[in-house]
Amino acid sequence: MRKWLVEPDFLVERDLDRCINCQVCVRQCANDVHYYDEEGELVASDSEHCVGCHRCATLCPTKAISIQEAPLQFRPNGNWTAERIRAVYKQAEGGGILLTAMGNDRPLPVLWDSLLLNASQVTNPSIDPLREPMELVTFLGRKPDRVKVSAAADGHVRLETQLGPQLRLQTPIMFSAMSYGSISYNASLSLARAAREAGTFANSGEGGLHRDFRPYADNMIVQVASGRFGVDVDYLNLAAAVEIKIGQGAKPGIGGHLPAEKVDAEISATRMIPERTDALSPAPHHDIYSIEDLRQLIFALKEATRYGKPVGVKISAVHNVAAIASGCVRAGADFVSIDGVRGGTGAAPTVIRDHVGIPIELALAAVDSRLREEGIRNQASIVAAGSFRSSGDVIKAIALGADAVYIGTAALVAMGCHLCQRCYTGKCNWGIATQDPTLTKRLNPDVGTRRLTNLLRGWSLEIKEMLGGMGINAIESLRGNREHLRGVGLGDRELNILGIKAAGE
Amino acid sequence: MTTTAQAGCVTLSARGKVYRELNEEIRRAFDGGAACVELHDVIGHRYIGCGLSGSGRIVVHGTPGNDMAAFMDGPEIVVHGNGQDAIANTMNRGRVVIHGEAGDVLGHSMRGGTILVRGSVGYRAGIHMKSFRDKRAEVVIGGAAGDYLGEYMAGGLMIVLGLGRLPGQPISGIYTATGMHGGKMILGDDIEEYRLGREVGKSDLDTADRDELQRFVEQYVAAFGGRVEDILNRHFVKLLPVSRRPYGRIYVY
Repeated sequence: MRKWLVEPDFLVERDLDRCINCQVCVRQCANDVHYYDEEGELVASDSEHCVGCHRCATLCPTKAISIQEAPLQFRPNGNWTAERIRAVYKQAEGGGILLTAMGNDRPLPVLWDSLLLNASQVTNPSIDPLREPMELVTFLGRKPDRVKVSAAADGHVRLETQLGPQLRLQTPIMFSAMSYGSISYNASLSLARAAREAGTFANSGEGGLHRDFRPYADNMIVQVASGRFGVDVDYLNLAAAVEIKIGQGAKPGIGGHLPAEKVDAEISATRMIPERTDALSPAPHHDIYSIEDLRQLIFALKEATRYGKPVGVKISAVHNVAAIASGCVRAGADFVSIDGVRGGTGAAPTVIRDHVGIPIELALAAVDSRLREEGIRNQASIVAAGSFRSSGDVIKAIALGADAVYIGTAALVAMGCHLCQRCYTGKCNWGIATQDPTLTKRLNPDVGTRRLTNLLRGWSLEIKEMLGGMGINAIESLRGNREHLRGVGLGDRELNILGIKAAGE
Repeated sequence: MTTTAQAGCVTLSARGKVYRELNEEIRRAFDGGAACVELHDVIGHRYIGCGLSGSGRIVVHGTPGNDMAAFMDGPEIVVHGNGQDAIANTMNRGRVVIHGEAGDVLGHSMRGGTILVRGSVGYRAGIHMKSFRDKRAEVVIGGAAGDYLGEYMAGGLMIVLGLGRLPGQPISGIYTATGMHGGKMILGDDIEEYRLGREVGKSDLDTADRDELQRFVEQYVAAFGGRVEDILNRHFVKLLPVSRRPYGRIYVY
């Protein structure tokens, strides 16, 4: 039904000279933009419901379809942009919270783009990673304050200190928490398989672990969130690590809500809640109202898993993130995941996604500095999250102090996501953020797995090239090594927080 | 109620032990084939029975610490004393019997199993309690409950008998059943509307409710003594969610 005053966001144009009326577009669009006009024996389009996902344009065999931003509908206004006016119309119409998905799309400054990396010239030779070993292996978990080694008679050196449980990553890139329910079975399966093939980890998110993904549990981190969905002792013990989800970058401070219509038989079994009931995640964990309470849950999880695996805490990057992260480490977290303001989501109130939290670059630098100052940086690994678009962003994060990063949006894009930001409608034409069987089958898990492993391979090769260029042969040597970063176009205050020099210094 | 050692029980003293040590000893006893472990001198030891599976029985003498029976999946724990906070946190299966009172956050997100508390409990009991297939969280509280009883409750059965209260003491605090969207609550006394969340409605018990209540009161009496008829003589009210979707219509897009 056409909403009063709300004009379409996009304009779908069909080149009638090219269109062969094959109806591929009609079948591909879950939003019913395209239809076959029986009378005129022609395929036609109604832009009204177009979300700009490009599924039709991409699959059109004759490239007859083009999608444009809807041409000017409002008098130009730098303050009252078309988007803001449309938002008011929608809320005046429906009287509710405006919902969106994916990461913050405001033009916030992306500080990765103001950071530049170093390379060797003349004085210390660069290393060619194609010919020389280049180590990307990363271990996540608590490291001891000091290590004791002993040398045996045969010259072998033995580590005497007993290390706590560690995750071994072949490359310092993991897949962010995305629950089965927010994404499809095939998308979840692709992530789990790709994590195993690439020697890294996928994260179950807060919706439990489907029985079919349990064979991949050695490469899965499972979440314990405020709703405790799908959490039982098997879930905890199968996984490689457990992550307590306190916050998410796209929606710091608020809970979540999987609507009943998405809770089908499989999702019900995975979340361990009845079919067709709402899955409400309260804003706080109701057993955590303090750092002491957080410690209590961390150690409950360690007890339940007999101290056999790392237990981490995921928080949103908010104003006091450094103090909060310090509290998490002191509470016993073996790793702290920090999700910045540009982090993605399957559904969040637009106003919160766009206005709450701080960028991961500043949060990461502040946390790493704070933990170093307090002499506890070794006690926990730091995982940075919140929009890594390329290996360049990843390597800069590691130089700022991250042990590893989580990628969510980049992984979805690898599987075909076009960032239309309509995950919450459940009508993802790319078969990713949907449970509709006619849509989910569009993502072949073999193809999804291959594309994800390809992405990780490509980024890892690039990281090795950049490391070699700096004359470094192990990612460990770059971690928190901010000498390898310089800032451009940043003020003293930002440079200071980032702990880096300006370019030219 | 007995405080003497039970036949076939492995007896452990918690004296001088930190919780990790004690809990490892409990696990070892069960792994070694014990059907029952009896703990003495428990003074605030946390995580007793945490993550424990199987069908063993733990008898606790003293005061166990927080998160007792957290994530527990099967065993029974009987406490001869008071319990502290977060008992049966996210419990999946099993039974917890407290011959005393219990602290805050009893049965948080519990999915299955039964808790019987002889006396009263603190704040936020049964918060986000659930049910799933053959599992149903069931809690019987003999005394009164603090604020936020059954908040966000998504399933299961919460019974508060309201026995032995002080004059004027309400059966449950404020924000009772706020955000409740599943399950059932039965209270052994009337409760003022202002103490209830907007998401629930109050009604009288029907025959099925009374039969169910009787079964649980029988369990309560079997564990703690008293007379079933005396308890059932009280005026009971039932709380049910008015909507399974309290927050279904708050978004636009």
